[in-house]
Amino acid sequence: MSSYHVDENGFYGEFGGAFIPEMLYPNVEELRTCYLDILADPAFQAEFRQLLSDYVGRPTPLYYSVRLSEKYGSKIYLKREDLCHTGAHKVNNTIGQILLAKRLGKTRIIAETGAGQHGVATATVCALMGLPCVVYMGAVDIARQAPNVARMKLLGAEVRAATSGSRTLKDATNEAIRDWINNPVDTHYIIGSVVGPHPYPDMVARFQSVISEEIQSQLQEAEGRPDPDYLIACVGGGSNAAGAYYHYLDRPDVKILAAEAAGKGVDTGESAATSALGRVGIIHASKTLLMQTDDGQITEPYSISAGLDYPGVGPLHAHLFATGRATFIPVTDAEAMQAGRELAELEGIIPAIETSHALALLAMGSVPKGSLAVINLSGRGDKDLQTYIDYFKLA
Amino acid sequence: MSSASATPVNRLHTALSKPGKLLSIYFTAGFPRLEDTVPILRELEAAGADLVEIGLPFSDPLADGPTIQQSSTEALHNGMTTARLFEQLEGIRREVSLPLILMGYFNPVLQFGVEAFCRRCAEVGIDGLILPDLPLDSYEREYRPILERYGLSMVFLISPQTSNARIRQIDDASDSFIYMVSSASTTGVQKGFGTAQQAYFERIESLGLQHPQLVGFGIGDADSFRAATTHAKGAIIGSAFIRLLREEGVAGIRSFIKKIRP
Ligand SMILES: Cc1ncc(COP(=O)(O)O)c(C=O)c1O
Repeated sequence: MSSYHVDENGFYGEFGGAFIPEMLYPNVEELRTCYLDILADPAFQAEFRQLLSDYVGRPTPLYYSVRLSEKYGSKIYLKREDLCHTGAHKVNNTIGQILLAKRLGKTRIIAETGAGQHGVATATVCALMGLPCVVYMGAVDIARQAPNVARMKLLGAEVRAATSGSRTLKDATNEAIRDWINNPVDTHYIIGSVVGPHPYPDMVARFQSVISEEIQSQLQEAEGRPDPDYLIACVGGGSNAAGAYYHYLDRPDVKILAAEAAGKGVDTGESAATSALGRVGIIHASKTLLMQTDDGQITEPYSISAGLDYPGVGPLHAHLFATGRATFIPVTDAEAMQAGRELAELEGIIPAIETSHALALLAMGSVPKGSLAVINLSGRGDKDLQTYIDYFKLA
Repeated sequence: MSSASATPVNRLHTALSKPGKLLSIYFTAGFPRLEDTVPILRELEAAGADLVEIGLPFSDPLADGPTIQQSSTEALHNGMTTARLFEQLEGIRREVSLPLILMGYFNPVLQFGVEAFCRRCAEVGIDGLILPDLPLDSYEREYRPILERYGLSMVFLISPQTSNARIRQIDDASDSFIYMVSSASTTGVQKGFGTAQQAYFERIESLGLQHPQLVGFGIGDADSFRAATTHAKGAIIGSAFIRLLREEGVAGIRSFIKKIRP
């Protein structure tokens, strides 16, 4: 295991840990002591792999994007997580966690969601397994991701609005944690990104690592080499990025780029660019980089993308940033929206606005000409149609 | 240091060894008004509270229910900060001899600097800390020597889900009292003191711990105070006191305390 993976205390370098109130100690401790054994169990792996293939539709294609490649003078591949059942990478993790929850004997599931993709993915696996599901979602996000709210309801989940703070992902996560404190015995909390107390960041990264596992063999097949020159993903909490990077972390020739949401611009006060604006602190029980005041109050972030509208970042990513293993690049709303539209027009793929932030690095010149690049296309943009319509005045 | 004769741990120990049941009050500093901190402390002393927990407001109070969340939001809006609270408490030991505990989340303490925070606590005469999201192992590994250097007591929480083995570990790490969360809940949630709670209270009592226990969360009137203290040394009132402050302000404190403990 390299220094990029979690250590036995649950830290990535100085980041991570489990800064939880004692009320959650038994739950988190149970996970911590069980998760590696459960994940290593061949019966668990067999069930997980089977569902990923037959239910989620994996492996997802690694698509050679002819017109993007032409335009930017590089070989550009898109890892098509948007083709996963439910439309984003989030389901890789929820399949894994629901199987884990069943093995722990849990009978009720809670989740937080920003864009609604994780909420939908959680509601989906709960329907599949016949478990009741409560999803917390910021009131602002409920308004801007209406189609996903409807999907969750159709799938039988209860959607509860988080009305405190900025009423976005951070606040939904607070409410989910409070629910867990109040229901510690029967409930499993399916966290949707590589955030939260140890072992969540590592557990979620492992479930998502199927992405880079597939990229390696698909690229080998297509190009005769497993390694791209550039590997690109957007980072909200960082789960699609963690999955795309996972098997490449120890391959230093692969340059890792992380697109984070700059909102209206890093210095405008309306941003969610955590690496640029954050300092070390504790958010959602993890020591990581987060946006905060000098007094240690967590700042309300802003991004047009609900899934990136988070003032922190998973501890793995804080570590990748601090060590220089990954280069973090802030991408504004405008840059992302243009990139989303460009992919729609050049390739016939409407990406999620989260994903558009990763795509924007092409136009921003972050990938030198002549490179071999893989961009993780984390999700599709159906949920964002209204935002695209309003932004480009398409109606 | 402006503190009176007693050292901090002694002030806490003196209070904890009083006969009878102890009443501890929690309030959020900066609520309802920024400058209410000292008047509230004065009134609590006059009203006969035994212990006070001063809440340092935080933007994301994970272990708190709506009442304390709201008071924290308002306190921050009023302009409360860590530095401001210490300024307000400067000289408090000339008027107030109650044991004072600061309760808050770990991030603001981390940003202030743990050592600087503890030094300021000692300077103004704080006796102990409750930091619900600073876990025991992290405290033991990194911070215990700092608190000890400044004579501060660290108070840990236990809940009905905490195993006996873990409770003994916490008892060993404690040096004043144990904060016994009444049910699996965030603050302000009253799940009743039914048979499950009674069994939990009895289980803890039967462990014969070295340190006394104060029960908190969901206690708000004379009945719940009595139920909570049947098997414990004392009880802590938070959300109900915040509601009182919201409705009646500082003027309502004395009659509130009298109703809890006639
Ligand atoms: C399509 C898509 N991509 C990315 C994200 C951001 O999350 P993460 O950084 O955990 O991948 C989301 C979150 O909702 C999403 O829906």
